Amino acid sequence: MNPELGLFALILATCLAILQSVAPLFGSYSGRLPWMAAGKWLAAGQFVFVLLSFICLVVAFLTDDFTVSYVANNSNSLLPDIYKLTATWAGHEGSLLLWILTLAGWGMMVSVRCDKLPPELSARVLSVLGMVSVGFLLFILVTSNPFARILPFPPQDGADLNPLLQDVGMIFHPPVLYMGYVGFAVVFAFAIAALLGGQLDSAWARWVRPWTTAAWCFLTLGISLGSWWAYYELGWGGWWFWDPVENASLMPWLAGTALMHSLAVTEKRGLFKSWTLLLAIATFSLSLFGTFLVRSGVLTSVHAFASDPERGMFILAYLMVVVGASLALFAVRAPQMGSRITFSLLSRETLLLVNNILLAVSCATVLLGTMFPLLVDALDLGMISVGPPYFNALFVPQVLLLGLALGIGILLNWKSGSFSKLLHQVRWIALVSALGGVAFALFYAERFIVSEALAMAVVLWLVLTAGRDILDKTRNARQKMSFMASLQKLPASYLGMHLAHLGLALTIIGAAMTSGYSLQRDLRMSPGDTAWLGQYQFRFDGVTQMQGPNYVTNIGIITILDDQQQPIAVLQPEKRVYSVRGMPMTEAGIDPGLTRDLYVALGEPLGDDSWAVRLHVKPYVRLIWLGSIFMALGGLLAVCDKRYRIRLKKNKTNLKPGIALGGQV
Amino acid sequence: MNPVRRQRLLLILLLLAGVGLATTLALFALKENINHYFSPNQMTSGEAPIGQRIRGGGIVVPGSLERNPDDLTVTFKMETGGTEVEVVYTGILPDLFREGQGIVGTGKLDKNRRFIADELLAKHDENYMPPEVQDAIDKAHNAS
Amino acid sequence: MKRWKLFLPLAFFLILCVLLYKGLFLENKTELPSALLNNPLPTFQLTTLGNPEQTVTREDVTGEVFLLNVWGSWCPTCRAEHPYLLGLQEQGVRIIGLNYKDDRTEAQQWLRHGGDPYQFNIFDPQGKLGLDLGVYGSPETFLVDKAGVIRYKHVGVVDNRVWQETLKPRYDALQKEAAP
Repeated sequence: MNPELGLFALILATCLAILQSVAPLFGSYSGRLPWMAAGKWLAAGQFVFVLLSFICLVVAFLTDDFTVSYVANNSNSLLPDIYKLTATWAGHEGSLLLWILTLAGWGMMVSVRCDKLPPELSARVLSVLGMVSVGFLLFILVTSNPFARILPFPPQDGADLNPLLQDVGMIFHPPVLYMGYVGFAVVFAFAIAALLGGQLDSAWARWVRPWTTAAWCFLTLGISLGSWWAYYELGWGGWWFWDPVENASLMPWLAGTALMHSLAVTEKRGLFKSWTLLLAIATFSLSLFGTFLVRSGVLTSVHAFASDPERGMFILAYLMVVVGASLALFAVRAPQMGSRITFSLLSRETLLLVNNILLAVSCATVLLGTMFPLLVDALDLGMISVGPPYFNALFVPQVLLLGLALGIGILLNWKSGSFSKLLHQVRWIALVSALGGVAFALFYAERFIVSEALAMAVVLWLVLTAGRDILDKTRNARQKMSFMASLQKLPASYLGMHLAHLGLALTIIGAAMTSGYSLQRDLRMSPGDTAWLGQYQFRFDGVTQMQGPNYVTNIGIITILDDQQQPIAVLQPEKRVYSVRGMPMTEAGIDPGLTRDLYVALGEPLGDDSWAVRLHVKPYVRLIWLGSIFMALGGLLAVCDKRYRIRLKKNKTNLKPGIALGGQV
Repeated sequence: MNPVRRQRLLLILLLLAGVGLATTLALFALKENINHYFSPNQMTSGEAPIGQRIRGGGIVVPGSLERNPDDLTVTFKMETGGTEVEVVYTGILPDLFREGQGIVGTGKLDKNRRFIADELLAKHDENYMPPEVQDAIDKAHNAS
Repeated sequence: MKRWKLFLPLAFFLILCVLLYKGLFLENKTELPSALLNNPLPTFQLTTLGNPEQTVTREDVTGEVFLLNVWGSWCPTCRAEHPYLLGLQEQGVRIIGLNYKDDRTEAQQWLRHGGDPYQFNIFDPQGKLGLDLGVYGSPETFLVDKAGVIRYKHVGVVDNRVWQETLKPRYDALQKEAAP
């Protein structure tokens, strides 16, 4: 009965979602308050029923109900319980249900917090969210029912979860990533509501900003969790592969980052209104586009779900309706949003424009690289693939340029900056950064690498300009109190901004150091063999066999010694064979550290007890993920800023609370 | 021209220059970094260029895998539609590398038209065959 | 005069959609790859599932119209279509199984447990015939005519809809064709 209950709840949720997309919208045009208020309750009801349905699926997994085809395909009675739980979202159907649950969850949060908004706006926002929901609910009901049964002859046991997915990464990565992807639906709904209402003012921007930032935080964390997972699970030691599905998550992130910054301008200065709306639509469209790429089988990648053209057609049709309609609405309504505010060429606005252009261009670069093989194939010009060098050659300079612009933008004032003041502020910083970058690349390694010098110079530039700005902002306060106390006087969103930018600097350090100075050797090792890699000596102590819950494993033992022959770590990389699928898996052995990771992976046995072994030393690789945690924390700090909590009535009097501090982004 | 228009013009020029530069760079980078796909038949017949980075794939011929006893170099044959090509690879084979399974590699052809791969990808999932390999198999069937 | 610029994103998006639409059908895996359409069934020499001593070749199966169903006991989706195949067999449809990359004992056990819709099974543990047939995965079902030529291929589960809408009309039409 349990699966039927789940399906029934899903159908009920669909009915509520249909009502939610119609009733409040109708109310907002006919001025009927009860109709508008209904949206709130419908959103809550939808969430409750989707949650119920999701719980039913989880129960089916935990109770090994192999009459359910989705459970039979993705689980096994021997699977540890925690992976039975995560198997719920391991396949297409279940992850789609998780996606819908997340969407309903965001809808619910909007409905809780929307009392402070004008009723027409909140009604339209909830309506649009309802429409987005209806599409996905119909998608799952029509093409991908997770509760379908195999009757009358169910298998006795399931086909097991793909071993790649039997990992802690699977617990956090998809839910957090979906929170990010789907969170942009809220901003999207706000943008559509603004287009429908024909009104977009700084109050609108202020309401949207925390939602955007929150979704962005989740997406940042989600992507970085995925990267960390790929790093230790795939056994190749890489942390980003420019795989189509990774690109599919990076594109909305780039667009979302641009959106956050453009929203700041819209709020503070009432500028870039059409652009902000376009970005809001683009960001969510790219999230949907990512869903399409992953689930339609158009592009193959390590992540792709089993492809099915019928599903592909459905999502494509859905994409056409949602994105096509919103872009058409944008084209018709956007001119009403024009603004007549000017700013000088040397101002924070210009630099944020540069930021937006760079982010948009890099997003387009990734899109081009991802879609180019498809384009060539569609034109019947042969089969090609676009390799990582393309992305690296274009993306890296764009990030460095972004860092340069960031440093200037931080120091400039809104509206109009002074060139001589800027010059006065940055001349030493520029000199120190340039010299520091060159000196670093000269002394860190024997070989001088230009890109490393550039990257380090940009990092210094980022940190020093931020430091300079903080010193300037606290100058007056510091005369009366300590530096830390004066920091606390600054608004949370301002500190959050600097924290996030510091995160960017850390990520750049991590990426630059790892790509420039990593050491790697693949070699054949017999028990007792030693090999040097940099200042570390790796000793292979042989392999033992063990039995896991649902796999057999060969555990290699590798001892790492420093140059005084003192042991640093004993690593145990594994080669597992999962019994049900007969699928081999590499589990890397890692000794993590802030300044370096020692990373060992076991290859295949070569006979005579010797094994193929891959050794890595990866300097500062942890900073990549630490940086993204800083970014997310910075975002969180900004979301918590008190000024987003100001109630509707006070908005009129407190229109520009941050301006006294020169404004913050 | 009044200052507002001049400023707008400047901005637009800046934007155009930036976008133009980016497009040129992107197209240049694309031209340099795309890897064409060739089947074993195209590799042996001379259609595939020697010395350029290309991608190729096929089915690993059962029994053809040979290991160099001193290091991690392996040689094996891969085939589609009856044409075989020799592949040389140094390094750790992917987890899912199996004889009789589809693989895709990136590398170069040497003078003897051997495929020197520096990267190999394999998929063993029953439901998965690299699409290029499938396409080549289909074409071979078509021709026969 | 400036308004047309606002339609650029929409135009760009529509072009992208056309591309995606084409992409969807580039490697359309449910359609028969044109390669095998109207080509004779490849030759093979394998044993039957029931008896390791008994060899079967191409000549043993051809002559009548039949469905060649690729399956394995390891494949849950095959189990899903099994009951429907049993129903087809009762209607007199000739189904020959290709037991693909399977274990002989497990496959036999499964047929005893779940019923056996097949006239007999070709046992292909290495997937050699499957490779020649261009099998992507299982289940897959090939429709072979009296002359032993593959006339249609269906990827995925055979259910009532698939049978009524696509396989049955073709099957009936082939029955009417004269034997070579």
